[in-house]
Amino acid sequence: MIQPAKPDLVTVFIDGKEIAVPKGTNVIEAARMVGTDVPHYCYHPKLTVAGNCRMCLIELGMPMADRATREPIMDPETGKQKINWIPRPQIGCGTTVVPGMHVKTQSPMVKECREGVMEFLLINHPLDCPICDQAGECKLQEQATGYGRGYSRFIEQKNVKPKRTQLGPRVTLDDERCVLCSRCIRFCQEVAKDDVLGFVDRGSYSTLTCYPGKELTNNYSLNTVDICPVGALTSTDFRFKMRVWFLKQSNSICTESSVGANTVVWSREGVIYRITPRQNDEVNDTWMADSGRILYKEVQSGNRLKPTSDLKTSVAAAGSLLQDGAVAVVGSGRSSVEEQFLTAKLAKQLGATSYIVARHGEEDGLLISKDRNPNTRGALVTGLISDLPATELSDLSADIDAGKVTTILSVGEDLTAAGLSAEQLAKVTLVYLGSHANATSAAAKVIIPTLTVFEKSGSFINQQFRLQKFASTIPGLAGAADDRVVLDQLLADVGGASAGSDLPSVWAELSAQIPAFANTAYANIPATGLLLDSSNWSGLDFPEGESLHFKPAAAEATA
Amino acid sequence: MSFKTVERKPLTFAERTYVPQIVNGLMTTFKKMVKPNETLEYPEARPPIPEGYRGVPTLVKDPNGREKCVSCQLCEFVCPPKAIRIKPGEIDPTSDSAHVEKAPEAFDIDMLRCIYCGLCQEVCPEEAIWLQNVFSLSGYTREEMVNDKDKLYELGGTLPDKHFKWDQKKAAEDRGNAAH
Amino acid sequence: MIDLYLNLPVWVQATIKGLIAIGVLIPVAGACSMAERKVSAWIQGRPGPNRAIVPWVAWIPFVGKALQRLGVFHLMADGAKFVFKEDVVPGHVNKFYYYVAPLVALIPALCTIVVVPFGAYIDATTETLKPLILADVDVGILAVFAIGSLSVYALILAGWASNSKYPFLGGVRASAQLISYELSMTLSVIPVFLWVNAPGGNGTLSLFDVVESQSQAGFLGGMWFIFLMPMCAFIFLVALFAETNRQPFDMPESESDLVGGFHTEYGEFKWSLFFVAEYVHMTIGSGVFVLLFLGGWNPLPWIPLEMVISSMPMWLGALVGVGCFLGKTFFFIFFFMWVRWTLPRFRYDQVMKLGWQKLLPLAIANVIFYALAIAMIELS
Repeated sequence: MIQPAKPDLVTVFIDGKEIAVPKGTNVIEAARMVGTDVPHYCYHPKLTVAGNCRMCLIELGMPMADRATREPIMDPETGKQKINWIPRPQIGCGTTVVPGMHVKTQSPMVKECREGVMEFLLINHPLDCPICDQAGECKLQEQATGYGRGYSRFIEQKNVKPKRTQLGPRVTLDDERCVLCSRCIRFCQEVAKDDVLGFVDRGSYSTLTCYPGKELTNNYSLNTVDICPVGALTSTDFRFKMRVWFLKQSNSICTESSVGANTVVWSREGVIYRITPRQNDEVNDTWMADSGRILYKEVQSGNRLKPTSDLKTSVAAAGSLLQDGAVAVVGSGRSSVEEQFLTAKLAKQLGATSYIVARHGEEDGLLISKDRNPNTRGALVTGLISDLPATELSDLSADIDAGKVTTILSVGEDLTAAGLSAEQLAKVTLVYLGSHANATSAAAKVIIPTLTVFEKSGSFINQQFRLQKFASTIPGLAGAADDRVVLDQLLADVGGASAGSDLPSVWAELSAQIPAFANTAYANIPATGLLLDSSNWSGLDFPEGESLHFKPAAAEATA
Repeated sequence: MSFKTVERKPLTFAERTYVPQIVNGLMTTFKKMVKPNETLEYPEARPPIPEGYRGVPTLVKDPNGREKCVSCQLCEFVCPPKAIRIKPGEIDPTSDSAHVEKAPEAFDIDMLRCIYCGLCQEVCPEEAIWLQNVFSLSGYTREEMVNDKDKLYELGGTLPDKHFKWDQKKAAEDRGNAAH
Repeated sequence: MIDLYLNLPVWVQATIKGLIAIGVLIPVAGACSMAERKVSAWIQGRPGPNRAIVPWVAWIPFVGKALQRLGVFHLMADGAKFVFKEDVVPGHVNKFYYYVAPLVALIPALCTIVVVPFGAYIDATTETLKPLILADVDVGILAVFAIGSLSVYALILAGWASNSKYPFLGGVRASAQLISYELSMTLSVIPVFLWVNAPGGNGTLSLFDVVESQSQAGFLGGMWFIFLMPMCAFIFLVALFAETNRQPFDMPESESDLVGGFHTEYGEFKWSLFFVAEYVHMTIGSGVFVLLFLGGWNPLPWIPLEMVISSMPMWLGALVGVGCFLGKTFFFIFFFMWVRWTLPRFRYDQVMKLGWQKLLPLAIANVIFYALAIAMIELS
């Protein structure tokens, strides 16, 4: 009688609402699709189902049919098929939908089950909310409010467990707060592949701990903090820094490598307090590396370049230096697509050769790739470079030695790190645009301080040729100018046609001049990114190996 | 619209001359004049402060001298004029109250912004912030009108505590699970 | 001392007398302003000004404290403030008349004191009672009315010269109000002089004679006129309130609807001149009322001053007379303040209605009644 609408869809009834969901979906996800929240602790969509918190209990029923004839049994009162409700509640996370399944998520029994589970969970949970960093984003708080009884009947002594255990260099554990959901254990087993966590002891004394002699040191350890539904696992870096309800969330992109993990930057009044991953099922699921989470510290670092003169004067000084002499432009794989485009335009106007510097690091096959520039592909797409960059600027080095280059414009790149010697830098006139001081800025004639990635907006193209945008999260350092503005003004100063430095203007030009961006506007880039046509660059041998949601083109071709 | 006509007694002749009324009024004011003063001579004489009066917000310590505030920042959050500014910090692990873990590193209340609404006191889960009976507060500069942590504790002093929540917590930690 | 004084030229004597009058009246006006503040405070159930103190006075035990509680030094501080405040003149005023108005207010007020006797003494040579007065002129009450009513010009002038709407309205109100009540006031004293000027005698308007006729022997002769002619006294009193711009007749100022009326644009010393003028008016008005209706310097009804002081030295007798007179006057000044906190201000139309439709007919009827009554008594 009930036919699935499509072969791979299953029709179920959740609180009487009919919905077709993909086969294999569990009840929690199916309920989410009809907008019903089924509370849960241990279930996590990206991890296996453990089913040990019992919070997602629901009532389940199947339409009744006569066993012998398989004829549906009708209810004479309503004229509909009778539902055979299972007398005991079932867990929503571990129950996969089957056609015709009926689910009750709001029935009195479900309510009572939730109240009971909440009461058990809170028995030994300490009254730590005032000092707990999870307060405000704590599932236990939310669900105690939403589904709890509202008062406690427990008058005995609460359990005592170790507080302030250092599980690893970045994670602190408060065992008393733990609800034993085992999300962190499963994460370490399944995603980080570093199986160091586990429960010891039994019953009320069950305790999360590290395998003796081991520590939670892997580069993904802070994801356990993110997925911990309570305040048991806390980030040592973020611990006691700021309550989460004060923090403003802005979407950003991790600049650690060409993976381009989607992130949320949490800031208050111009100060960034932490970075957490943002779910993007095509790129990073709900994870990100620990090493990417501390990048915000560069904003407050002591070696930020501070303005010494106003932007107009610096741009005029830089412009006059760039207009005489043979110029080379060193762009950056860390610049945004827009900045690379403007750099390319500037290089063209100056008649200069443009380079970018490649950065290679170890890849971990998960969320850190070999190419440590977040936007190498942006440089290719915008035409800043035409071939894959090298880690050393040997061509430029030869040109300096031969005297073919007398002026270099560096956009945030430390040229000494790219193989140029101090003597070579002394031979040329240097103009440096960047946010932090380094050997190149020390040698530069003109320095124009610019912003970090957290202070400006733009977009990157990651290893999948996915165009992803990031928003400015905090106001820029006083006096430092947005790279886009600086490049645009430099372009105007050396006689180029400026089309405006704001994002809509730059993107109007980008979509007109770059075939890959045809009909694209910045505002229209989806939150999960826009996959570009990469066929023009399929011949290039990109350094990245396989990682989460990414297969190298070569590997894909052979596969 | 409906109207209701109010019956008024016609005035007598004496009333219409106003003279008896004026004499009456003069009697009343004279009586008032010879009565003792209604007012207080303020700086020397102070009014009795009623229970639950909302004066200047202060921070208090418990009878054992432990600072009660754990810098949960709920008062900062609830403060309608955003007068409260807290910098949370960790308690020194060697301290007696290390088990509380968290205490304010800085706690400023801008009394130029404070509206004495008492929401901070109401929201405080540790009963650490109290609007006590100080009602007059002055300073020569704006900076002086910002009460810092030291000033707040000086104003607040010590208040009796019924719960000793953290002392009980420490006792439980020392006892361990042996009682179970 | 007295001989030396009497040997001085007349104009020097006059100047000295005038200076003494000013030297007494202006502090009295100041004291009135202080009293106004204290009485207001007491009626409102508060202590009133009690803080200012001069250091070396503070060291005097009890007295210093008492003076401080009385707020005496506030008076000095306020006076000094008025003198030393920056003299601000608004740009839009008519400068000349703006400056003249306060003087026009103060000068007539001070002038009226000249014809008001403030005590009596027994002249040693003639053994008769002589008034203590600056100028014993026959016209007496007429001079008081004539000079006193000049003060309305000050208000009109101030209101007009200020060149702004509230002062102007205040000035207009002042003119209408003062003229309206002057009629009733003048009519109300006619019976008094009808009584004083018995047929056959010398006609007089002298206030001294009015008091003298309240100091006769016998029941009617020793009776104060307030008992003999209560209606006259009532009308005179009401009109006096209106003439001195006191509550409930302070329409020219009425700070609630006219922001201060004629002196809205005035400040510092010029304003204080208006202020002093008002209190001088009040003082002299009270004095005239005492002379007309309350037996002047006679201590009690049916007990004339002469009886009390005949055995005393001259200077003591004079002091007792002045004391009685001033005591009654100060009670009246207090009465002004007392009424101020009892009655609310009238509406302007009520003021006009009261003046023209109630008080004036009453005064006319009063004059006719007493004229007939006195004629009956005289004829019988």
